[in-house]
Amino acid sequence: MSGEALIAEPVPAEKAAPPARLYGEALEKLPLDLYIPPDALEVFLDAFQGPLDLLLYLIRKANVDILDIPMAPLTAQYLVYVEAMRSQRLELAAEYLLMAAMLLEIKSRMLLPRPPREAADEGEDPRAELVRRLIEYEQMKAAALALDAIPRIQREHEWVGVQVAERLVEIQPNVSATDLQLAWLALMRRADMTRHHKVTREALSVREFMSGILRRLHEEGDLRFDQLFEVGAPAAQMVVNFLAVLELARENLIELLQLEAFAPIYVRTARTAAVAEPV
Amino acid sequence: MSELPEQPQSPSPSEVKRVLEAALLASQDAMSTGELRKLFEQELDHALIRRLLDELREDWAGRGIELVQVSSGWRFRTTADVQPYLDRLKNEKPAKYSRAVLETLAIIAYRQPVTRGDIEDIRGVAVSPGIIKALEGRGWIDSVGYREVPGRPALYATTRRFLDDLGLRTLAELPPLAELQKVMEFNDAR
Repeated sequence: MSGEALIAEPVPAEKAAPPARLYGEALEKLPLDLYIPPDALEVFLDAFQGPLDLLLYLIRKANVDILDIPMAPLTAQYLVYVEAMRSQRLELAAEYLLMAAMLLEIKSRMLLPRPPREAADEGEDPRAELVRRLIEYEQMKAAALALDAIPRIQREHEWVGVQVAERLVEIQPNVSATDLQLAWLALMRRADMTRHHKVTREALSVREFMSGILRRLHEEGDLRFDQLFEVGAPAAQMVVNFLAVLELARENLIELLQLEAFAPIYVRTARTAAVAEPV
Repeated sequence: MSELPEQPQSPSPSEVKRVLEAALLASQDAMSTGELRKLFEQELDHALIRRLLDELREDWAGRGIELVQVSSGWRFRTTADVQPYLDRLKNEKPAKYSRAVLETLAIIAYRQPVTRGDIEDIRGVAVSPGIIKALEGRGWIDSVGYREVPGRPALYATTRRFLDDLGLRTLAELPPLAELQKVMEFNDAR
């Protein structure tokens, strides 16, 4: 590991560091850069997004000006990493090798003396293209972090939308409580009519009801008018029953008594003496 | 008024505000002021709608839900401080994107429209199809055309949904590029 330090002035603390042994080999000095155990190279590589990312890391680590990169140490250090990767027989992405070639080319061009006519040309720094790419990439790296820091939906926020039931189903015709009521009443009417037919089939006659009322009055004594009617009985039955009461009264077989207006009406069997008594 | 006899009486501002609030809450998408104006029979002034929306936003301030203006319009969303609580009800954690995805997104956002090749030039590595797919799947980028060079590579750009999801109204609201100053210096130095 003879990677030259990019740092121009070595950090004093590192000078004082005692020698160490690593994998049985003596380390003459502590690695100036991040030490990567060979087994961890793959992990290390994963940490970088590519050669530009690795180069930026080396430059930032050495704290040198990106606009005045010391090409020789940077190239040497970069090659150390690439060489380490190759020795581990990692399948090295082609981009890393391409970058190595580019660094070597820039380095050699800087070593060559410039022809006089080119000296006047300001734009011919061999590093220019590399620097441009490094800056642009670094800019986008920072932008990526900035973008990620913006609060976003499904992480810091969720959209709020009140569930309107109408959206979930096809829009159906409106049904109001009144509509329901009307439908029910119509149904009841039909039901009553069918029941009425049943009643006639059972031959419920007024006469039969008249007998029934008389029998009850005979057995139970006087009754209140409403006691003659069975709660919940079909309407037709009620009507026939009512007709029976009227018929009985008309025939003077029963008496209907009411002491005063709105007082309960009482029904009793007719007394012979009271035949002429008006209702 | 006599010229417009059918014109019903204009609702009061507070009534308009109530309607706006209900419409925005019931909507599953952001609503623009143009769409919101359709709620009313009367032609309401854009400025009035704007003012009432601002008021509405103030009314909701301090609650767990906030009204925000994004690229597509206005929409309610949960506030960032309550989201950690709501996340406890979820089985999966919110998606965390890799650096590769984020850098690709940043390049598309700041340099759009760009081809995959442009992205690779800047990042210095190949862009895997999975990255583009992930961003397209999220609805944040789409292909807006082709560069008329051999191979006709697709040109990618960010979508309105990208801005909506990040709570931005326009691309101009993206964070400024931090190193821009340096690029200028470098160009000046040359």
